[in-house]
Amino acid sequence: MINFCGIELQHPIINGSGTFDAIAAQHAFGESLVNNFPFAAFVSKTVTIEPRQGNPPPRLWEIAGGLINSIGLPNKGLRGYLNEDLPKLATLPVPLVVNVMGFTRDEVAELVNAFTAREEVAALELNVSCPNVETGLVMGADPHELGGLLDHVRPLTDKPLIVKLTPNATDVPAVARAAQQAGADALSLINTIRGMALDPTSGEPWLGGVTGGVSGPAVRAIALAQVHAVAAAVEIPVIGIGGVQRGQDALDLLRAGARLVAVGTESFRDPAAGARVAAELAALEPISSFQ
Amino acid sequence: MNAKRPLAPFGRRAAPVTFNARYGAYAVIGCADTDGPRPSAGQFYMLSAASRWGGGDAERPYLPRAFSVLRAPAGSAELEFLIEDVGPGTKRLAELAPGDQLQLVGPLGNGFAPPSADTTPLLVGGGVGIAPLAILQDQLAPNAIALLGFRDGAHAAGAELLADPVIATDDGSVGHYGLVTDLLADELDRDDPVTVYACGPPAMLEAVRRICAQRAIPAQLALESGMACGYGACFGCVVATKDGFVRLCVDGPILDGQALNEVAA
Repeated sequence: MINFCGIELQHPIINGSGTFDAIAAQHAFGESLVNNFPFAAFVSKTVTIEPRQGNPPPRLWEIAGGLINSIGLPNKGLRGYLNEDLPKLATLPVPLVVNVMGFTRDEVAELVNAFTAREEVAALELNVSCPNVETGLVMGADPHELGGLLDHVRPLTDKPLIVKLTPNATDVPAVARAAQQAGADALSLINTIRGMALDPTSGEPWLGGVTGGVSGPAVRAIALAQVHAVAAAVEIPVIGIGGVQRGQDALDLLRAGARLVAVGTESFRDPAAGARVAAELAALEPISSFQ
Repeated sequence: MNAKRPLAPFGRRAAPVTFNARYGAYAVIGCADTDGPRPSAGQFYMLSAASRWGGGDAERPYLPRAFSVLRAPAGSAELEFLIEDVGPGTKRLAELAPGDQLQLVGPLGNGFAPPSADTTPLLVGGGVGIAPLAILQDQLAPNAIALLGFRDGAHAAGAELLADPVIATDDGSVGHYGLVTDLLADELDRDDPVTVYACGPPAMLEAVRRICAQRAIPAQLALESGMACGYGACFGCVVATKDGFVRLCVDGPILDGQALNEVAA
């Protein structure tokens, strides 16, 4: 067992937010999903206050060794999630981490309050890869902005607060230190990296939003460097994410200083990727060495 | 037709390729899926090759590719898929031969529903979209009429995969010189009660939707979208319906024509 912010996990492999829908997967695969749940904790797709439809298609573009997405954070909103999804996710055999995003500090506070009140929720992950619409700054790209956000929400909860950093920042370790300083319990990185693709015929951006987030093996080396830099800059635990396909990739992130590893895009190719990576990792290095 | 939707085994599995047969511009790939259930007509699989998937044009493919099942004979483990080489993923799939392993996730999606009471099933297909209509015709047995459209003779060779099809080609080289929707309009003019099942390019599906909406004819449309995962994880495969965006892999790929304002290009 691994203790992460007071939560007991069977192994170090969890999912990246937005890369696995446990409810839809149960619809597709039935009970065999629950009996063979591939992650040691489940991180939900970002919940926002208001329901969001997400971006018009096309939302995906395949690249060499990965994918660019511009999905647009579709979700039922806070009310819908609490009423419809949370009861189902609470029946999963692993701890539940809810990922939230607010567009103002007050929105983040409202989300933190709502999930703090629910005992089914083991931890909160703050998705700060969006702008604070009141200041115009991306919350997770600016140390002062992020510190201010955490000062606002840290007092509201005793649940572990994980801050999911954005790689699209000039000085990620500085943002990481600001998060630690302001009371974050853990950090997760990397989120997707800004990228672009052009329709080869028209020359126009393929994705409606012009740019999107790059993920998959294409980002692995970048993720490893950022995890290494952040783990060296802080004492709080780090969740390493980025292009993990094999046990070896997870081991690399753990050796770079991560405490846990999230599998994301690889789950699109292989729904059981989390379990496979965990098994490959255990064959490479026993769990006891991660305590 | 299965009343209960078959569930997919959790994970990705390998199935040995049993044959690769040419039908003009198309390849039919057969595999032995001994670990999977029989699919319902209209369900799909996420396919990739177990080896050399990637490192093709622009180092692609990376993600698997979604394909409706063409045929799944009862009492066997065989699954058949209709593939046309139109990119790095389909190029790799179309060259798979006995000795290779196909990787599968599936069966996925909702499948076609039985025809409305007292109606004859009327199948309308275009190009590679004829695939789910073949298994549908197998499962609905002899009374399903099939109208199939192709761009030219090389593609019209695919019509052999269905029983007694009426064919239209864009270039007039086989059958009716024109669109499959011309054949549909003629068939509907006979005023027999029908349920339409359609699969093909978006423009064809939109024309079928509009014709059926105008005449108040029940229509089940098998839509298509780029997909990364096929099982609801990525939210990439949405289409616009009257009730907002829905994931085709979760709420489709078969949608009732009346649920849509239009089939987008």
